[in-house]
Amino acid sequence: MNAGENETLFLLGNEAIARGLLEAGVGFAATYPGTPSSEVGEVLNDVAGDAGMYFEFSVNEKVALEGAAAASMSGVRSFAFMKHVGLNVASDAFISLGYTGVRAGLVVMSADDPSMYSSQNEQDNRHYAELAWVPLVEPSNPQEAKDFLTWAFDLSERRGTPVLFRTTTRVSHMRGIVRAGPRKPANSRGSFRRDPWHLSLLPAVARRLKEDLVKRYGDLKLEAESSPLNRVIGRGSEIGAITSSAAYNSLMDALPHIGIDVDVLKLGMSYPFPQGLVGSFLRDHGTVLIVEELDPFLETKVRALAQMSGLGVRILGKMDGHFPSSYEYTPDVVRRSIADALGLPRGDIPLVEIGAELPPRPPVMCSGCPHRATFYAVALALRQLKLRSVVFANDIGCYGMGFYKPFEMDDVTLCMGSSIGTANGFSQVTDQQVVAFIGDSTFFHAGLPGLVNAVHNNRRLLLVIMDNSTTAMTGFEPPPSVSYEAGNRAATPISIENVVRAMGVNYVKVVDPYDLRGTLSAVKEALTSDGVSVVIARRECALLRDAELRRKGEPIPVYEVEQDKCAGCLNCVEDFSCPSFYTNDEGLVEIDANLCDGCGVCTQRLVCPPAAIVKSDGEVKGA
Amino acid sequence: MSGAQGRGQVNIVITGVGGQGNVTAGIIMGEAARLAGLNAVMSEIHGLAQRGGVVSVDFRIGDVYGPIIPEGRVDLVLGFEILEAYRALDRAGPSTTVITSSERITPSSVNVGDAKYPDLEELGAKVASRGIRFYAINAPAIALAAGSALSSNMVMVGAAYGAGFLPVGIDDIRNAIKLHLRETLWETNMRAVEMGADEIRRMMGRVR
Repeated sequence: MNAGENETLFLLGNEAIARGLLEAGVGFAATYPGTPSSEVGEVLNDVAGDAGMYFEFSVNEKVALEGAAAASMSGVRSFAFMKHVGLNVASDAFISLGYTGVRAGLVVMSADDPSMYSSQNEQDNRHYAELAWVPLVEPSNPQEAKDFLTWAFDLSERRGTPVLFRTTTRVSHMRGIVRAGPRKPANSRGSFRRDPWHLSLLPAVARRLKEDLVKRYGDLKLEAESSPLNRVIGRGSEIGAITSSAAYNSLMDALPHIGIDVDVLKLGMSYPFPQGLVGSFLRDHGTVLIVEELDPFLETKVRALAQMSGLGVRILGKMDGHFPSSYEYTPDVVRRSIADALGLPRGDIPLVEIGAELPPRPPVMCSGCPHRATFYAVALALRQLKLRSVVFANDIGCYGMGFYKPFEMDDVTLCMGSSIGTANGFSQVTDQQVVAFIGDSTFFHAGLPGLVNAVHNNRRLLLVIMDNSTTAMTGFEPPPSVSYEAGNRAATPISIENVVRAMGVNYVKVVDPYDLRGTLSAVKEALTSDGVSVVIARRECALLRDAELRRKGEPIPVYEVEQDKCAGCLNCVEDFSCPSFYTNDEGLVEIDANLCDGCGVCTQRLVCPPAAIVKSDGEVKGA
Repeated sequence: MSGAQGRGQVNIVITGVGGQGNVTAGIIMGEAARLAGLNAVMSEIHGLAQRGGVVSVDFRIGDVYGPIIPEGRVDLVLGFEILEAYRALDRAGPSTTVITSSERITPSSVNVGDAKYPDLEELGAKVASRGIRFYAINAPAIALAAGSALSSNMVMVGAAYGAGFLPVGIDDIRNAIKLHLRETLWETNMRAVEMGADEIRRMMGRVR
């Protein structure tokens, strides 16, 4: 990140964005981590302090954006970044910020996830730009991600508007060669000037500001018409294509394999929609393909423009069934769609089909994961209490892998915090036992209101808070319950049990999930208590602990099976399901020393009745 | 630049299981390409997908825009785990070569009894019958001999280089390692690259 001007680097899109923040002199950045946006925070965590930028992992996206908005109002360039569904959480503030406008540049990044590699939906967040009447910038690769970002900050300041900066997984997680630009010193201190008639959205104020917003939108249309982010590649073909974002890459990679000449209008500032630019492109071509991932966001505007301008150009897109509305556009999807739309041969290459069923390899909870021990204890408790009709309301985090065998303890997951929210409803309308699971970070993010509602309305449910002291799924960001923040600065830890007790929960117990007996007994007590019960299963994430041991140069112990004691029940392999266990070619249970994390949970008789699992003398994973 | 299919590009799928270091391998290869003055792009999948699941990286050198390799245009499947190398063949075309580590990591679906681990000899025969060039090397053993069990991924980078799929110089790879790894790891990792390259040259019957 300290590269000098004109140096080239091999950067991930998200790393290029972090570099862009340094080049734009941004003084305040905030996020709630979410894939595919998280690596921006990973870099800022390391470099923000030295760069003079303030950076925090906020409790959720709404708070992150509100903090960034206040920084901008105080004259500090600011940046809030999140995954696409995070903008749903922040949308209340986001839409209002169109009305207030900004003082110093404010850019909001939404990392969308076509094909849902790590998300619950593939919503197209370009619509948020239209909803909020704010400009939309869409880069296609790491170089553009950096360059467009600094341009977006200038636009934001020039027009006094927040800018929506939208990437997708294939842009944020694409690594490519980036030429660095000059860095600007960051200014992280500002001063607020009162201006309530522009900043305090009472109805009387908002009513006036709406007119300003519409007027500013007119100015932004002119910006889009002349933006260097919008350009035409190629000249003179009868066929044109309008595209943006990652779909541009796939289009360009597909065209050589279709064998036709196509002029391409690449939109980097796609909203407000540049009608003049697109209109003249439509006039120059007899056929225009609209190549955009997910929703027909550009296509509706192109078709409306053609109708209003009385153009007879043939437009081919999703709305007439030529391009798919689901999943990312690979070069093959684009090639086949274009070939079919134009009546050309697809030119498929015959693939090697070896015709073998290969076993799937779904993601699993790691060896040593405390969540596995918690799920195991809950499963035992339910079995011992003969509770068979149970609704498991799960949430967003590593514990979502409770979905898979053998636990299958994820019946419903909607969004961040929905475990407790849906548990409210299940416990109201059914007589079934309701068990909700949520992580520590997710609990603070969106779980608190659901728990308030449950206590207030006298629900009967068990909430298990899986407290591993980190936000593990996205890269180990600190939740509010730990004593450090971004850049390892000191933070005030917030006690989950104190918060829960203060809400009026009667049964609250903190357990160590590595202690199966203790966890089992607490879960059983909680399940037989009335009202809302909370069990806090607290044990640091195994990966975080391993990293700490490695840093200290301390060894990680390894366990092995004493074959003469093993009864062959396979409980460890099938029910506890730690990935370190396997059955060898002779059908004997063994532990893979490379995978064993030394947690020792499997040595307890609740997992291994004959106590055949012991610490290995020889094999201790070195630092 | 001479791509394996003479298209001015090289397309490599680097596949394995979370934690095997195939993203780092891709970074070293891309950095080497940058140092050699070439364009390189790659895709990474992060988050939920990496916890013991398949981690597949598309890596491309040359005149390309996006990181996704079109179907059938994979020049090399670089496998870090043998089952995943076979799985990646569903994107392979008639001119794909496979170089994989012979390491086996049992998927959880086999452990919990949902699926069976395939017969590798049978799979090998099927692949041979399709005319695919398939090389399995004992990367963990070579890595250990190079000085660290954790350098298997650099053995595979060396294999890709030794087999002629990386149009870069050995010094570009050395310098890329220096840019991305701690100094204490340079020597073992460079040795792992060289030993991987030697091993594949030996298997392919290439003279140094």
